[in-house]
Amino acid sequence: MVEQTAEFTGRPWTRYSRKERWIRFTIYFVTLFAVVWAIRDIDIFWPWVWDAPTQIQNLGSRMWPPEFEAWSAIMNAMLETVHIATLSTMLTIFIALPVSYIAAQNTTPNRLTLWIGRFILVSSRSVNTIIWALLFVAIFGPGVLAGILAVMFRSVGFIGKLMGEAIEEIDRRPVEAMEATGASRMKVVLFGIVPQVMPAFFAIVILRWDINIRESTVLGLVGAGGIGVLLQGSIDTFAWQTVATILLAIIVLVLLGEALTSMLRKKVL
Amino acid sequence: MLEISNLVKRYGNDQPVLKGLDLVVEGNTVVSVVGASGAGKSTMLRCINRLVEPTSGSIKLNGREQVNLRGANLRHARRKIGMVFQGFNLIDRLTVMENVLAGRLGYVSLYQALTRKFPQTDIDRAFHLMDRVGIAHYANKRADELSGGERQRVGVVRALMQEPEILLADEPTASLDPKTSEQIMVLLQSLASELSLPVLINIHNVSQARTYTDRIVGLRNGQMIFDGTPGEFNQEALDAIYGGIEPPDETGGEEQPIAEARTP
Amino acid sequence: MNEGRSGAGPLTGQRWKKPPFIASPWLRYGLLLAVVVYLYWTFNTLPFNWERIAEGLPRAARIFGGAFPPSFERGELMWTGFKESFQIAFLATLLGVFLSIPIALMAAKNLAPLPIYLLGRGIIILSRSFHPVIVAILFVAAVGFGPLAGILTLTLYSIGFVAKLLAEKVEEIDWGQMEAMRAAGAGFFKTLIYAVFPQILPRQIGLSMYQLDSNLRASAVVGIVGAGGIGSTLMNAFGRYDYDFAFAILILIVGVILVSEGISGWVRKKIW
Repeated sequence: MVEQTAEFTGRPWTRYSRKERWIRFTIYFVTLFAVVWAIRDIDIFWPWVWDAPTQIQNLGSRMWPPEFEAWSAIMNAMLETVHIATLSTMLTIFIALPVSYIAAQNTTPNRLTLWIGRFILVSSRSVNTIIWALLFVAIFGPGVLAGILAVMFRSVGFIGKLMGEAIEEIDRRPVEAMEATGASRMKVVLFGIVPQVMPAFFAIVILRWDINIRESTVLGLVGAGGIGVLLQGSIDTFAWQTVATILLAIIVLVLLGEALTSMLRKKVL
Repeated sequence: MLEISNLVKRYGNDQPVLKGLDLVVEGNTVVSVVGASGAGKSTMLRCINRLVEPTSGSIKLNGREQVNLRGANLRHARRKIGMVFQGFNLIDRLTVMENVLAGRLGYVSLYQALTRKFPQTDIDRAFHLMDRVGIAHYANKRADELSGGERQRVGVVRALMQEPEILLADEPTASLDPKTSEQIMVLLQSLASELSLPVLINIHNVSQARTYTDRIVGLRNGQMIFDGTPGEFNQEALDAIYGGIEPPDETGGEEQPIAEARTP
Repeated sequence: MNEGRSGAGPLTGQRWKKPPFIASPWLRYGLLLAVVVYLYWTFNTLPFNWERIAEGLPRAARIFGGAFPPSFERGELMWTGFKESFQIAFLATLLGVFLSIPIALMAAKNLAPLPIYLLGRGIIILSRSFHPVIVAILFVAAVGFGPLAGILTLTLYSIGFVAKLLAEKVEEIDWGQMEAMRAAGAGFFKTLIYAVFPQILPRQIGLSMYQLDSNLRASAVVGIVGAGGIGSTLMNAFGRYDYDFAFAILILIVGVILVSEGISGWVRKKIW
């Protein structure tokens, strides 16, 4: 056994230094303070909170068993939802690609275009699909067009931002080589940039299509077409069992979409 | 014929990287440019096809001034200058054939480039050159599936597809093992004589420079301090160029980190 | 002899075409045909009310005209709305993140026995499949209008995201550290604390920051269906055709989101 000499006894060890402990304490304290403030200030009727589990259970029992009578209407609406998601994703590509080109630091012609590109992408991303839908329903009236436009306007920001990042991450050297051959800008992009961002492009579009399917299910709640319209209608008439069926259909759609997209992604990579 | 007169390149307000270089390269010679890292070899080469903008001076290729060209004129001038890169600079996801045909991008239309419908003469030339350097059987293989030496050969063919009036090579063998490196140097030397092409090679392997080139130009700190035949390139010349600096590995291949010693 | 330039030789005249992206021609043209047919079919079958759509442009002009300049007059209302949204997002993130830890541990293949694993994964899938707006509607139907529904919704939303990523991280941990703790004789919970948590907590903090930002955005939206926050204020403005007020709210929403994104990005950089 190793002899324990005097110089090793009594030495303190703590996990955190003094400074670290102060920082951690401050963070905990601030968070606790924020929590207490939020709970006290928020407009919640506390008796309802304790009642919530019962209420939720109550709603759940009203939704059982699911009612399949409106099945064909539901299927049609689901199809419409898929169409909204697919069409808008397809159309978005044509807008998002040029925007991503000017929003990427290494391909944008000048600072002004860079700011314009970034501005478009940020505005598109910061406004939720549903809010876009509200706007377009107000303009074009309730229906599928509002839905398609809403999804498009939101997707431009998503695809544009990720594609812009993909463009910024390319290897510059093939681009340099293409310029050295005397090719024009467009040909340099075609041979030097496009082949490098193709895998990212497919992955991004497939991912967004998956997300758009989910988003499209709720557009109908503000009138922009798809299964949401049926859902809102059923809720308004307290047809909870139909609601349950619709929810089931939505889960199946989402799961199918995820399965399909992960299979596609494997094919592409 | 390439004529460089009083070429100066300065970045911002720093010391100039190239300090008034003069160089004349006549047709059909293979000229190697040697010097330590930072001596300005790469910068000088890239000034010729304007991948780097010269600050002042003149560069004339067969009588045509290069320095003030812009837009379409610049692109047309670049067509006539072929470049081979240290990192090969291939488009990895495209096939060897597409990489080679990319050398013609300065000559074909956008539609042809987009649809890959290059003229048959270009395709003939491509097959001929690929066969000459020994990679014709790789035509439809992805560029990143080839070995280093094979990739550099693709790079050489691409440059030659431009029907250039001069070939520039920026340390073409620095990323290759010694044996492959010799093969590439042999290739460059024979192609130069077959095609009557002037070739300018940046190289830091001094023994390869002596063996495969007709003339050696030595740069140090942006100035030319040696210009002569391999026979004249003796120990004294070597010291003048690398003096105070550890000369690179004579067996070639890897880039040694060289500490730049500024002569006091 | 300029052999190289003329291109003459045994291979002259050999044709070349780019090997197509999709090898089988049936698949390639089939896909193209399918896309064209799909576009034609959907545009014909989807219900477009062209008359109403034609009214769109003049309507848009009126709306944008009415929206300019944005009206910040009812600042009180906006402030209450935003405060509530923030409270909802904050509490939901806290609750969601706390619950995510046990759920993620349950949903990790390398840690949990099969029935518990399935339960954990099931909870996560359920939380993810529904858009928060749908979940919000259901909670509103169950517990009434107001921020309670919002908090419940976003908690579920947080769990769906954070627990999933955390579970993946747990499945990727270095097993050796677990073995070492077990070999030293530590029980299940002590092993967790010393071997698992140190590996996953940094990720957890990053995820929490991301989720706070995400919840802030989402809280603006669940209000549209009555779950509290600035969303309800926005909905009311739209409903009353108060487009200048709505525009003001929208601008502020975008501003808050940008600020929050900036802050969360900065915090994540600091602790990564």
